[in-house]
Amino acid sequence: MSTRLKEGGRRIDRAKQVEFTFNGKRMSGFEGDTLAAALLANDQVMMGRSFKYHRPRGVVASGAEEPNALVNLGEGGKFEPNQRATTTEIFDGLTAASQNHWPSLDFDVGAINAKLSRFLPAGFYYKTFMFPRFAWKHLYEPIVRQSAGLGRVPKDRDADTYEHYYAFFDVVVIGGGVAGLMAAKSAGEAGAKVLLMEQTPHWGGRAPVDGGEVDGKPVEDFVAATVAALEAMGNVTLRTRMMGAGVYDHGYMLGYQRLRDHAPAAKGPRHRLWRIRAGRIVTATGAIERPLSFAGNDVPGVMLASAVRDYVVDYGVSPGDRVVVVTNNDDAYRTAIAVKAAGLSVPAILDARAGGGGALAEEAKAQGIRVLNGMGVAKVHGKKRVEGVAVCRQAGEGAVEEEIGCDVVAMSGGWSPVVHLWSHCGGKLVWNDKYAMFQPNPEASPTGADGEGFVLAAGVAAGAQTDTDFEGLGLYETLRTAVRAGTQAAAELGFKTRDVALPTVSEHDEVAMEPVWLMPQGAGAKLRMKAWLDYQNDVKVSDVQLAAREGYESVEHTKRYTTLGMATDQGKLSNINGLATLANALGEAIPQVGTTTFRPPYTPISMGAIAGEARAETFQPLRRTPMHDWHEENGAHWEPVGQWRRPYCYPRKGESHAAAVAREVMATRDSLGLLDASTLGKLVVKGPDAGKFLDMLYTNMMSTLKPGRCRYGLMCSENGFLIDDGVVARIDEDTFLCHTTTGGAERIHAHMEEWLQTEWWDWQVYVANVTEQYAQIAVVGPNARKVLEKLTDEDISAESLPFMAWKDVTLDGVNSRVYRISFSGELSYEIAVPASVGRAFWGRLLQAGEEYGVTPYGTEALHVMRAEKGFIMIGDETDGTVIPQDLGLNWAISKKKDDYLGKRAQARSFMDNPDRWQLVGLETVDGSALPDGAYAVAEGTNANGQRNVQGRVTSTYFSPTLGKGIAMGLVHKGPDRMGEVLDFPGTDGKTYKAKIVDPVFYDRDGEKQNV
Amino acid sequence: MLILDCPYCGVTAEETEFHGGGEAHLKRFGPGSSDEDFEGYLFHRENPRGVHFERWRHVNGCGKWFHVARDTATLEVFGSYSAQVTEPPQEIRDAITAKRPGWRWREFA
Ligand SMILES: [Zn+2]
Repeated sequence: MSTRLKEGGRRIDRAKQVEFTFNGKRMSGFEGDTLAAALLANDQVMMGRSFKYHRPRGVVASGAEEPNALVNLGEGGKFEPNQRATTTEIFDGLTAASQNHWPSLDFDVGAINAKLSRFLPAGFYYKTFMFPRFAWKHLYEPIVRQSAGLGRVPKDRDADTYEHYYAFFDVVVIGGGVAGLMAAKSAGEAGAKVLLMEQTPHWGGRAPVDGGEVDGKPVEDFVAATVAALEAMGNVTLRTRMMGAGVYDHGYMLGYQRLRDHAPAAKGPRHRLWRIRAGRIVTATGAIERPLSFAGNDVPGVMLASAVRDYVVDYGVSPGDRVVVVTNNDDAYRTAIAVKAAGLSVPAILDARAGGGGALAEEAKAQGIRVLNGMGVAKVHGKKRVEGVAVCRQAGEGAVEEEIGCDVVAMSGGWSPVVHLWSHCGGKLVWNDKYAMFQPNPEASPTGADGEGFVLAAGVAAGAQTDTDFEGLGLYETLRTAVRAGTQAAAELGFKTRDVALPTVSEHDEVAMEPVWLMPQGAGAKLRMKAWLDYQNDVKVSDVQLAAREGYESVEHTKRYTTLGMATDQGKLSNINGLATLANALGEAIPQVGTTTFRPPYTPISMGAIAGEARAETFQPLRRTPMHDWHEENGAHWEPVGQWRRPYCYPRKGESHAAAVAREVMATRDSLGLLDASTLGKLVVKGPDAGKFLDMLYTNMMSTLKPGRCRYGLMCSENGFLIDDGVVARIDEDTFLCHTTTGGAERIHAHMEEWLQTEWWDWQVYVANVTEQYAQIAVVGPNARKVLEKLTDEDISAESLPFMAWKDVTLDGVNSRVYRISFSGELSYEIAVPASVGRAFWGRLLQAGEEYGVTPYGTEALHVMRAEKGFIMIGDETDGTVIPQDLGLNWAISKKKDDYLGKRAQARSFMDNPDRWQLVGLETVDGSALPDGAYAVAEGTNANGQRNVQGRVTSTYFSPTLGKGIAMGLVHKGPDRMGEVLDFPGTDGKTYKAKIVDPVFYDRDGEKQNV
Repeated sequence: MLILDCPYCGVTAEETEFHGGGEAHLKRFGPGSSDEDFEGYLFHRENPRGVHFERWRHVNGCGKWFHVARDTATLEVFGSYSAQVTEPPQEIRDAITAKRPGWRWREFA
């Protein structure tokens, strides 16, 4: 069984007991425990089930690389899935639950998938996509649904807060092991402003567990002294529980700080995302031990040798009473020695190397541990817990030579430097054949804006160096490369550095590891099918070999086909073993097969940290018109339009939205309506060349417009497509005011600036966006003039202020600019007043209009009225593929101009062509409203077997004015097909029949607006 | 996230302050141009691995457009310069030559 040892545990405080629950069961641990350590102390070895086959899984690792021990943490607004038990610090009241099982961890129905494993081979998803549809629906989907999903999706809103923090440092050191500490100290002593971050709560990394001495004292003392020295330096910032999440262009990086995951009662944000610019980044990220690929290497109780050592030394936890060590290198002997020292039994060390190990092996033997050279594991016995191993020759095919009873297998396949952060921004790797690992190529560091490399690797993360007699991954080399990296980083930034004397180190010499990619070397199919590479995604040696047989030669393709390395651990344990397996299957060398791309973040970071403060109201600013509060107070139903919110309609008590819209339309058509049109874009275009400039921007002629007059204009992109429309007013000889659509103000302003700055920079034109300087109110309806006349003595008669003219008028003492333009077909004035008096002026108009039953109307009434008149709307009738000619707007395209943006494009053969979908009105045969976006079907089918189409609905409304449904649409050669009836199948299963008609449904001659 | 210099306001800023505008020094072809010229102007773009000239706008700053010469593979920035030129100025070309002897980009070298 796994249990707490009587003594030991350098990270725990036995005086402070902590209570928590796992799957509802009450358990206790000590302060300083990780959840994984505490679970092991409570004999909970099985911590979850795998993703695909729901196989029982126990903890494998002791840190961020853990693939198996993922849990649902917390409840309600604090719930979070997929949290690694190995990096979760326990606290009083913690609630954790295991994942991927039903109904319970011990008894799981989904484990049936394991029985189906023959039918769930590599490329399962790809292969099944080729099956007929019914197979998916009735056969695969139920299986996939049952087995899919890591953890649960949170149901409640996140109850915590998060923040972003911007920081600038000369040197950022990632990793607070002995290498990181030494690199930070070297850079700091040179005077650089340094940030040192460590993802765990502890400084020193794993060096104190691994042993050795620095300057004649235990490593732990050296760590404490170095941390004290760093803390005393004013130019060095130290942060624990902070992970280097990603390295990006030009020295940008993200630090993910977990402020109170370990202390949820504390105040303040839960996570802080540091957005850092660094002159140099030192990756002192250490190394991760590799599993060995033998049959049953996923049975709970099979763990990394280093993890077994960590649980014993750091947490005083015994993962089991009898530990068999299996290795291809010397380091794993440290585990055997530590386990033995803790009073547990080590029945054997299986060393796959025929020649065995060095000094550490001798020490193990001296302690009475049995060492078997050239041997490996043929098979692990046990289902939910290791019961023993069958021992075989590594060089053979798995013939069992001996059975050994044990409850833990501590495995080590060698070490892989953590090169993720080095690689994130393009740092290249080289293959080190001697240590069978990829390591950073210092000649190919990611480069900054100045073209110089900005990332340096330090310690074990740098791999084994060749510029020294001490080649290896030992303590001395770690300190030496760390000092070198810290000093070099500071020197490259111009700081004066001096030689740093290295401490003296005593450590064991190690003999070379020997790569073992499959155990035993000649393992047959049966064994390979039980040898796991990727625990989380259930990828086995046999899956990768199958992929290779099926022609997947590229590592990136194999990864996607088998899902190797695609789980939340991003293949931290499986990557190299998978690559090697693929390389062997292809008969190529590992560096030829290459490696997959490492992408940030290093381990998953919370969605909350990514969002930071940008949530709810602060996610995006809300733009308010001067009359916004009035709309709010008067029950407006809001419609979001860009960052604005506009009243859709103003429903009265008990009134439906449709009824409100109908009432607003009828009141406006019959008497008087008011619309808040402030959101319309208003751009002032000014200068001696303003007319010439607008002639290029609009399809029609603007330079001939007389001051005091207005003209409707269309704007196209250089590709010919309609991008915006609006009314242009000429204020004086040099000045125009261009109205844009509500969403278009910023976009069109930028469009104008781009052409002025980058193409016609010698033209004398200035553009200013004055959208928010004015409140704009449309006064609409047969009584519009009468109500304005109540507010002024000035002449606003039809003669003095005709249709498509504007005039400055003082209305009730307010300086107003009155544009007589109409988007409704009614007598209509749009009145612009300074934004500061907008709200008061709106109130004055309501008062003055009372006798005419003045009715504020919203965007939907606006839309209905414009559709009744056949006016197009950008975004409804246009979608980025529509040219003005498609919309019957030839009248707004100047034939006299040599050039305008889009003119050349519109001369292309497929645009200057009647064989296009063009604007028409559509009227259902029975008077109902057509479904929005419905397609008109044609005879026959296309190459994909889909029904051919010949048009679509672009706008559709019920017209209260006409008492029937009206619509506009684009129909193939539509204007030539008046009276034809088309079929529009709806998503409701019904087919709507509609007749092609003129798009102007109401007041075709414009008698109402020209009064 | 790149760091760029705006040659107008002199600010050195994060990429989030700027907005990329695609290939620099395009020659506009309008009415009367051949289909081939117009197609080239509208659609054909350089996609080099190495030296490249781009348009950028200091959109969350002074609002001005400018040009940047940089290496798309190493992300090295050779310099930024005015938008109101039809070809890279000599000092920018010299700066590139110093780092990438023999470089070529479209008709420029
Ligand atoms: Zn600027």
